[in-house]
Amino acid sequence: MEHESLAGRIFRGVALTLILVFFMFPIAWILLMSFQTNEQILRIPPRLLFEPTLANYEALISGQLHTAAGNLEITFMRNLWNSLVLSSGAVALALLLGVPAAYAFARFKFRLGETIAFTLLSFRFAPPLLVLLPLSLYYQELGLNDTYFGIVWVYQLIALPLILWIVRGYFEDISPDIEHAYRLAGHSWREAFTRIAVPLAGPGIAAAGLLSFIFCWNNFVFALILASADKQPVTVGALAFVTASGIQYGQIAAAIVLSVTPTLLLALYAQRYLVEGLSLGAVKG
Amino acid sequence: MAMLELRGIDKVYRSHGRPPVHAVRSLDMEVEKGEIVALLGSSGCGKTSTLRMIAGFESVTSGSIAVRGRRIDALPPARRKVAMAFEGYSLYPPLTVRENIAFALKSRQVSRSEVSRRVEAIARLVEIEDILENYPRVISGGQQQRVSLARALVRDADLYLLDEPMGQLEPQLRAVLRGRIKSLLAEREMTAIFVTHDQTEASALADRIAVMEDGVLQQFASEKELKERPANLFVASFIGEPPMNLLETEVKRADGGFRLSVGPEVAFYISGDGLDQTAQRALAAAPRVRVGIRPQRIAVGEGAVRVRIVSNQWLGDQSHVAGECAGHLLIAVVPNRVAARPGDVVPFALGPRHLNIFGADGVCIRHAEVS
Repeated sequence: MEHESLAGRIFRGVALTLILVFFMFPIAWILLMSFQTNEQILRIPPRLLFEPTLANYEALISGQLHTAAGNLEITFMRNLWNSLVLSSGAVALALLLGVPAAYAFARFKFRLGETIAFTLLSFRFAPPLLVLLPLSLYYQELGLNDTYFGIVWVYQLIALPLILWIVRGYFEDISPDIEHAYRLAGHSWREAFTRIAVPLAGPGIAAAGLLSFIFCWNNFVFALILASADKQPVTVGALAFVTASGIQYGQIAAAIVLSVTPTLLLALYAQRYLVEGLSLGAVKG
Repeated sequence: MAMLELRGIDKVYRSHGRPPVHAVRSLDMEVEKGEIVALLGSSGCGKTSTLRMIAGFESVTSGSIAVRGRRIDALPPARRKVAMAFEGYSLYPPLTVRENIAFALKSRQVSRSEVSRRVEAIARLVEIEDILENYPRVISGGQQQRVSLARALVRDADLYLLDEPMGQLEPQLRAVLRGRIKSLLAEREMTAIFVTHDQTEASALADRIAVMEDGVLQQFASEKELKERPANLFVASFIGEPPMNLLETEVKRADGGFRLSVGPEVAFYISGDGLDQTAQRALAAAPRVRVGIRPQRIAVGEGAVRVRIVSNQWLGDQSHVAGECAGHLLIAVVPNRVAARPGDVVPFALGPRHLNIFGADGVCIRHAEVS
């Protein structure tokens, strides 16, 4: 790296900038759009300089959308709340079930162990639509249709495999003898799990939790089929902006900004854990 | 009552799709209170499996383990009252060295000042006082090993299990620590079992050595006895540096005794008087036996066996003289310099009374006389 030529450095800078612009531009554009009215957005050519308005955010937060065709009720804040409840509920349940399961898969060799672990992973690569139709029929029978619990349950298809496989790797990296030493000192197996294994795998658990939170948050199709209006998350709720009088680009942009914010904040907060998690493997004795 | 009693221990590892591995076979062993025992053997001989079964991390496939007469093989590790130092150190990364050592004491009813007094005493013993406040990841492998050792020794346990306790230490420090640990164990009458593949370590630290090979306990005896009365060919060739010389011989009855001939020129006469009934019968039945003689028991420059010298090394305190005799390589260790060059023919003396005789199954028929 030190002997890199000037041309190489310039090329690298240009390439990095291009990539950054390519990926960041849509986000920046959405942010700008969220402060414009529909008319300003649809103006051709688009302008970078405009008079910002908070009307979009106002409409979202107050729940009143004024369109040419009249006033429209929107439930965006409700959707945002649903997203939060559903995603955190799903991640909490998946952690509760997945972390002990990951530990079991990492530490104990049992009959069909690998098969079970792989089956759980296979949920990730089966198309969701495959299970949705039979699932919605079952849900109607069981009365789980349109309940928070029902959706949290089906979200396990997303969150559980992810947590299981990521956390399992972290547990496998911890020498079992550390737990053995703890158990010999007069502690039970359960204490060794909660006081030694879980804290040591903490960064990995945080990373897996964050990832599965993002995946749950971004899920669309499960909630679309299984939830009615008052249980829908933002991803489904955004459909409401396609109205009879046209597509409300400004509100869509504002809604996107608002719905990205929680995950972004969470990611920023969890960043240090993620970095710790990634470097755990490098310092193990 | 023995402190530790292993009865008919078998350990079979079964894994899916692979043939089962019989790691330990019908192992019987008794360790007395205050005894230091070494499990010695090459890697894969079952010594670590044995240690882990005593600690409770591996289940026994069959057999029983008792400590002070109390069966422990079904108890969880926490209730076995054993302390262990692991080969991989296994320190808790989030705790300092001091906390790591104190950890095991905290859950017991031990006062704060007593904990720190004991931690410091053991830290002094293994020379880690200056790194007590460091975290495990910033100290060297040798230091981690000493912390792990200290963490085991600081506890009050019925049994101390040490897995390769000094493998990572520098030779000088190792020698010092061996002495200190041995006197600590002796002073407190602690019963310890340690695993090693290093003979020097086994003989320096242990009262008795259990030699294991292929999952089978070959012999469990003091170092002196292992050297002088090896139970079988394996122990004879495994213990001692350089290893025992082994010669293939043909057995013939002669003059009320036996004539063991290596070749047309070399033969030993074993008189019948020096053999007990079983040995006599075994020798009479065997067409061929192997004889073994310790390199230290061979005299160079005298005797009837003519040896063509292959190498002659003066090690500063002893000579290792290797020569060829009737198709066998013989090594002699003598305390003085020997004036012989490779290619010279030099007489070696192999006294019949120094010969160990092993039957076809490897079991020792007759031991060398101890002079």
